[in-house]
Amino acid sequence: MSSRSRSTLALRSTALGYLALILVAPVGLVFYRTFEHGFAAAWHSVTTPAAQHAFWLTVELVAIAVPLNTIFGVAAALAIVRHRFPGRALFSSLLDLPFAVSPVVVGLALVLVYGRKGWFGGWLADHGIQVIFSVPGMVLATIFVSLPFVVREVIPVLREIGTEQEEAATTLGASLLVTFRRITLPAIRWGVAYGVVLTTARALGEFGAVSVVSGHVAGQTETLTLHVQDRFEAFDLAGAYAASVVLAILAISTLASMSLLKRRGAPA
Amino acid sequence: MAYLSVIVLLPLAAVAVRSVDGGLGGFWRAVSSPEAQSALELTVVLSLIVVAINAVTGTLIAWVLVRDSFRGKGVVNAIIDLPFALPTIVAGLTLLALYGPRSPVGVDVSYARVGVGMALLFVTLPFVVRAVQPVLMELDRDMEDAAVSLGASGWQVFTRIVLPGILPAILSGVALAFARAIGEFGSVVLISGNLPFKTEVASVFIFGQIESDNIPAAAAVSIVLLAASLLLLAAIAGLSRWGRRHEL
Repeated sequence: MSSRSRSTLALRSTALGYLALILVAPVGLVFYRTFEHGFAAAWHSVTTPAAQHAFWLTVELVAIAVPLNTIFGVAAALAIVRHRFPGRALFSSLLDLPFAVSPVVVGLALVLVYGRKGWFGGWLADHGIQVIFSVPGMVLATIFVSLPFVVREVIPVLREIGTEQEEAATTLGASLLVTFRRITLPAIRWGVAYGVVLTTARALGEFGAVSVVSGHVAGQTETLTLHVQDRFEAFDLAGAYAASVVLAILAISTLASMSLLKRRGAPA
Repeated sequence: MAYLSVIVLLPLAAVAVRSVDGGLGGFWRAVSSPEAQSALELTVVLSLIVVAINAVTGTLIAWVLVRDSFRGKGVVNAIIDLPFALPTIVAGLTLLALYGPRSPVGVDVSYARVGVGMALLFVTLPFVVRAVQPVLMELDRDMEDAAVSLGASGWQVFTRIVLPGILPAILSGVALAFARAIGEFGSVVLISGNLPFKTEVASVFIFGQIESDNIPAAAAVSIVLLAASLLLLAAIAGLSRWGRRHEL
């Protein structure tokens, strides 16, 4: 064997070994532990009332956050790429803020505005609205952390497609809405789809920010990620592993749909 | 813009305002309390170690993915993104399953700094790989071939020709990983066991202070993290401009 191919082999095994130790083996073991007492036992652990409630609450948060961030994301991307307005560069860089902020800081920030002693806390309490330690706060936290994904995916696509077709449509008398629906939207659809997948993945998996604003009441304000922690701390490892596997399967389907979308979007 | 303001800007402004509730003196006292200081120091030191490891392993993995070919490479390429898709709490739990108290391989890193470091390695794994990979693909191989034909060793080719080309990408991946590492919470919380002065990182410290209703301390340390991330974002923007200049 030549020295070149030997060094290639050494590099390959180091890289794959590292990935196996830090990524594949731990994730694989959780799957094994979940199903080591059979599928029925695992199913039993994820269908407890608390686990089911956590699952549906997570779905609810995603169902609110993803459409809002998608609409906002497309509108913001259009504004940044197609219009000039004062503060455009600032607006664009502010959009990345949620990526740079620790999830715990996000939670704290929401508490300071909407909490009992927060800026709007008094007014909200007077009107009988509870945001923090209840679902609205968790919705806000989820929207916050998953906000930039659609914008970031749509901006480069909008730049790429240019304005020629849109201008042609407008010249031929199409209204703004028709132009958007018939020309712009079909052109950016893969970018939007990709952004939606990323937003969904982040919203499903958010832990830190939601943890701060939730209050952790099992069966009420517990999402699936919080349920994992709760089960772990109650020494119910089977429950923690089973809920983790549900989240991991969702994560893996995200990856799968991402690579599918990449392949579809590429020729366009 | 209003949406962004209500959901993102206003809450962050509240953190900034509350952090200086007790004046700048109060801010300083909160940040320099022994527990806060130890948490911040641990966060920075661990994150630096983690991104240094990432710089090496990330470049190596990107190299293997671009230049090597073997069966199952597509699968390996796909699982690189798993840490981005996997919820952080699940990441922490999976590491504990293999390297925790009931470890089947007899390694227990729970409640230890090594464990916290491993969690950070897990969640920051994709950054350097994904930053270096596209640059490595674009890299012109003629120069490398020329160097080899002139008798350069593999190591010389790498350090003199490949490395200068991919350095901006490595650095921007490192900066992104560092920004992620200093704020990381979910994957760390189960492993660290929240031992002040030992395994308590900044985000866990902030969480503890919120729980015990010590808002000024939580807000002050938050502002330190926030400032650090903003500086890094600015640095990344600068780096990508530098990287583009090198292409010309």
